[in-house]
Amino acid sequence: MEVTLSVRRYNPDDKERPSWWQDYTVDVERTASVLDALIKVREEVDGSLSLRCSCRSAICGSCAMRVNGHAHLACNTKIIEASQDGSKIRVEPMGNAAVVKDLVVDMKMFWDKVRQVSPWLQPAGPEPAGEYTAPNEAMLHLAGVMSCIMCGACVSDCTSLEVDKNFIAPAALAKAYRFVADPRDAQTVERLRMLNEYSGIWDCTRCYECVQACPKGVAPMDRIMAMRDKAMEAGFTKTYGARHTDAFVDSIEHSGWLDELRLPIKTVGMFNLPKLMGFGPVGLRALMRGKMPPIFHTPVPNVKNVRRLFKKVRATQGREQK
Amino acid sequence: MLEHDVLVVGAGLAGMRAAVAAHEKGANVAIISKVHPVRSHSNAAQGGINAALTDRGDSWEDHAFDTVKGSDYLGDQDAIEIMCSEAGAELIRMEHMGVIFNRDDEGKLGTRAFGGQRKARTFFVADFTGQAMLHVLYEQILKTGVRVYEEWFVLDLIMHEGRCAGVTALEIATGRVFVIRAKTVIMCSGGVGRLFEPSTNALIVTGDGMAQAYRAGASLMDMEMVQYHPTTLKGSGVLITEGARGEGAYLLNSQGERFMKRYAPNMMELASRDVVSRSEQTEINEGRGIDGCVLLDCRHLGEKVIRERLTQIVDIGRDFAGVDIMKEPIPIRPGMHYIMGGIKTDVDGLTSVPGLYAAGECANVSVHGGNRLGANSLLDTVVFGRRSGHHAADVTKDMDWPKLNIEDLAGQAEDSLQKLLSRNDSGERWSKIRHDLGVDMDKYFGVYRDERGMQTLQRNIQNYKDRYARVAVQDKGRVFNTDLIFTLELGFMIDCAEAIVAGGLERKESRGAHSRTDHPTRDDANWLKHVLVTRTPKGPKLSHLPVVITKWKPEERKY
Ligand SMILES: Cc1cc2nc3c(=O)[nH]c(=O)nc-3n(C[C@H](O)[C@H](O)[C@H](O)COP(=O)(O)OP(=O)(O)OC[C@H]3O[C@@H](n4cnc5c(N)ncnc54)[C@H](O)[C@@H]3O)c2cc1C
Ligand code: SF4
Ligand code: SF4
Ligand code: FES
Repeated sequence: MEVTLSVRRYNPDDKERPSWWQDYTVDVERTASVLDALIKVREEVDGSLSLRCSCRSAICGSCAMRVNGHAHLACNTKIIEASQDGSKIRVEPMGNAAVVKDLVVDMKMFWDKVRQVSPWLQPAGPEPAGEYTAPNEAMLHLAGVMSCIMCGACVSDCTSLEVDKNFIAPAALAKAYRFVADPRDAQTVERLRMLNEYSGIWDCTRCYECVQACPKGVAPMDRIMAMRDKAMEAGFTKTYGARHTDAFVDSIEHSGWLDELRLPIKTVGMFNLPKLMGFGPVGLRALMRGKMPPIFHTPVPNVKNVRRLFKKVRATQGREQK
Repeated sequence: MLEHDVLVVGAGLAGMRAAVAAHEKGANVAIISKVHPVRSHSNAAQGGINAALTDRGDSWEDHAFDTVKGSDYLGDQDAIEIMCSEAGAELIRMEHMGVIFNRDDEGKLGTRAFGGQRKARTFFVADFTGQAMLHVLYEQILKTGVRVYEEWFVLDLIMHEGRCAGVTALEIATGRVFVIRAKTVIMCSGGVGRLFEPSTNALIVTGDGMAQAYRAGASLMDMEMVQYHPTTLKGSGVLITEGARGEGAYLLNSQGERFMKRYAPNMMELASRDVVSRSEQTEINEGRGIDGCVLLDCRHLGEKVIRERLTQIVDIGRDFAGVDIMKEPIPIRPGMHYIMGGIKTDVDGLTSVPGLYAAGECANVSVHGGNRLGANSLLDTVVFGRRSGHHAADVTKDMDWPKLNIEDLAGQAEDSLQKLLSRNDSGERWSKIRHDLGVDMDKYFGVYRDERGMQTLQRNIQNYKDRYARVAVQDKGRVFNTDLIFTLELGFMIDCAEAIVAGGLERKESRGAHSRTDHPTRDDANWLKHVLVTRTPKGPKLSHLPVVITKWKPEERKY
C-alpha cells in the first residue's frame, strides 16, 4: 500500500529555511503504523530525518508527534486510520515545546513540570518490615494512572498551557494524582495545597484535549477534576482557581479574547506583590520574542456575538439549575 | 570538567538501581543514557518479578532450585543463592519506594504463576511491571537529585593505566563530544536483542556496552545462550507476556491440540522457555503449524481475568495482530528475546577489567546459565544493580582521580566521528547491513543450530565487518543525528555477533537455549563449564571456567 507523509522538518543548522514541509511516499503493509512508515523513510529514503522511537508498541513514550494536527503516538496510529481516503498524512512535532530537529522536541519543560509536583512516594513514619498493606481496588485504580508513559501527547495539545506556560499541565498533574490517591502517601494535604496554587489544578479549562490525546487511557482531565474535589474536601476553598476562572471568563466576555496581561494580575490579586514579581521573567521573555500581549486590550470585531453566546449559556445554565 | 566517583552507563532498572545504591553510600554518582531513563527497554517487561517470600510459605531455596534447574545447571549456584535469598528484601524495597504491585484480598502483595517454577512467586503490576518499576526508580532518581546525562551516547570506555577511568560520549542534542572522568564505571547498558530480526526487543537494544567492555578487554561469558521466547507475534516480533500462560492460556497446533502434553506432560504450557520454544518449533517444522506459527488461546480465561490482568495483550492483539483475544486465538512463534550471556562479573558486579562493573542484561553473573526463567531478569537487574552500586561506591572512597589528558581524549573521539561523518565510500548505509545481519542471526542462530550454519554465519559476519568499514552516514549534521547513532550502534552489534558465534561454535553440546542438531544432548562430562570470549587483534580468544556448584548436583531436566 502506498502512502504519502507530509513531514514538517526543521534543522537549526540550515540557515536558509526556518522550517519546511517535505513529502515522502513509501510502500507499507496494510497493518503498518505511521511510525513504520517513518522508519522506512529514515532507513531507505532519507537518513537525515530525525525522530525518537524505540519500543514500537506504545510503552516507551518516545514517539509522540502530531499526526493530522493532533498529538498521537506514531507507533499506535495506523496508516489506514490516519488516511482513510488515501490522502497525505501530515506529520509534525508536538506542540507546546521547542523543536530540536524535525520531529524531535525539547522535553525539558515537560520534565521540569513533573519535577514540580515532587513525584515520589512520601509515606509517614518508619517503614514497616514487610510491604505496606493497601486495598487491591486502590492499587488497581492507581494502575490506571501509573500506565502513563510520559509521552507528552496531552501536554502537546493542552489549550490552557498554550496561553499560560506556567500551567503545570496534564501529565504532571496526572502524576501528582498518582500520589494524592495512593493510600501509602502521607503528604496528600501538602500536595493539594501546592496544586491549589496558581498554575495548578484550577488552571485547567476542561477542554478535554488531553483525554483525547492520551494513548494510554490516563484521562488527565478527570484526574485533575478529582483533585479539585479532594482539594475542596480538604478545605481549600479560597482558590486562585476560582479567581482565575472568573478572570478568564470576564476577559472573554468583555473583549472576545484572552487578556494575557491582566489574567495573572486578576488571578493572584493586585496587591500580591511577591507573586506578581514572579511573573516578571515570563513577561520579559515574552517581550523579547515579540509575544508581549498588547497593553491596550481592544475587543475583537463583533464582540457582541461573543457576549450573546455568554448570555445564551447563562440562560441554559439557569434552566439546568432550576 | 565532568567527573564522578561512580558513573553508571544506562538508565534501565539495573542502572537506576545501581545509582540509587551508590548515592545511599554517599558517592558522587551520575547516570548517562542514550535515551531518557523512562524510555529504557526495561519498560517492556510485562509479566513480573520473582521473589520467594517466606511469610507466604515459600522458600528461597525452592526458588534457587527452580532457577538452577531452569539454567540447565549452567548457572553459578553461589550467585543464584545470593539472588534468591535477597529477592524478598529487594522486592519489599521496591514496594516501599512506591511500586504499586497487585494485591490479594488482604491487601498484601499478590502473585501469579510463571514458567519453569513450581510455586506462584511472580509479583506484578497488571501487565506492565517493568514500566511501573522503571518509573518508580526514576522518581527515586529525581528525589535523590542524581545527575542524569540524558540522551548522551557513550562512544567508548576510557582505559588508563590498566583501569577503566571514564567514558567518551556524544551529547545527542548538540552533537558535541565530551569526556567524563570517573573512578569507577558501572555498565548497565542492557541486551543486544536487535541483533536478531525479528526480536521482541526495542530498537535501542544494540549491545553497545557489551561491545565496549569487550573492546576494553573484558571477557564475555556464555554468549551463545540466546533466549527465544515462546510467544511472539509473527512479523513484528512483539511479545505476548508469559503471564498469559501463567493465567492459564493454551498453546494449540493446527489440529487444535494442546501439543505441550507430548513435550512437558506435567508443566504443560508452563515448562521453561527453551523447552516450550523448541516444542513449538518442532510442531512447525513437522507441519503442524499455521503459516510458520502456532496458536495462543486465551478465550476460556473469561473477560474479567483478561481485562484485569492482561490488558496490554488485549491492546497488542488488536493493534499489532488485528485480533480480539477474547474471541480468537493469536498466531505466535518463538522469537529472540533475551541474552543470558554477557560481560562476566562476580557477585558484586566486578568484571575482569579493574574499575569496570556491570549489571543487568549486559552482565553475566551467571544466575541464568543456559536459560533464564521468566521474571528472574527484573530480579537480577535490581539485586545485582544494587550490589554493584554499593561496591563501587565503597571502593571509590579512598581512590585518587585518574590523571587523564582530557583534551587528547576528546580530540581523538572527535576525530574518529569526523572521519565517519565525512566518509562517502560505498554509499551503503547502516540500515541495509543491520537488516541483513539480523536475518542471518535468526536463520543460523535460531532455536536450533548446527556447525555448518554457524560457520556460514561466521563467514558472513566477516563480510559485514568489511561492509561496515566502508559504511556511509547520510546525515552530515551534528544536531540530533540519529543516522550517526544507528551507524555507531551497528559497529557494536557486529562485535557482539562475533562473540556470540564464537561461543556457539565452541560449545559442542545442547544445553539450555543452545540446541545443536549436530550435538543433540547435554554433555556434563565435557561441557559443564562456562565459555569465555576475549577480544584479541587476531579475533576472539576462547577459554573456560568451571560452573560453581553448591547444593544441587546436575540431573536430567524434565518438566
Ligand atoms: C518484551 C519483553 C518483556 C520482558 N518481560 C520480562 C518480565 O516479565 N520479567 C523479567 O524479569 N524480565 C523481562 N524481560 C527482560 C527484562 O526486561 C530485561 O532483561 C531488563 O529490563 C534489562 O534491564 P537493564 O537495566 O539491564 O537494561 P535496559 O532496561 O535495556 O536499559 C539499558 C540502558 O542502557 C542505555 N544505553 C545503552 N547503550 C548506551 C550507550 N551507548 N550510551 C548510553 N546509554 C546507553 C539505554 O539508554 C538504557 O537506559 C522482558 C524483556 C522483553 C524484551
Ligand atoms: S482538559 Fe485541562 S489539562 Fe486537559 S488539555 Fe484541556 S486545559 Fe489542558
Ligand atoms: S497522560 Fe497520557 S498523553 Fe499524557 S504523558 Fe501520560 S500517557 Fe502520555
Ligand atoms: S515507539 Fe515507544 S511509544 Fe511509540
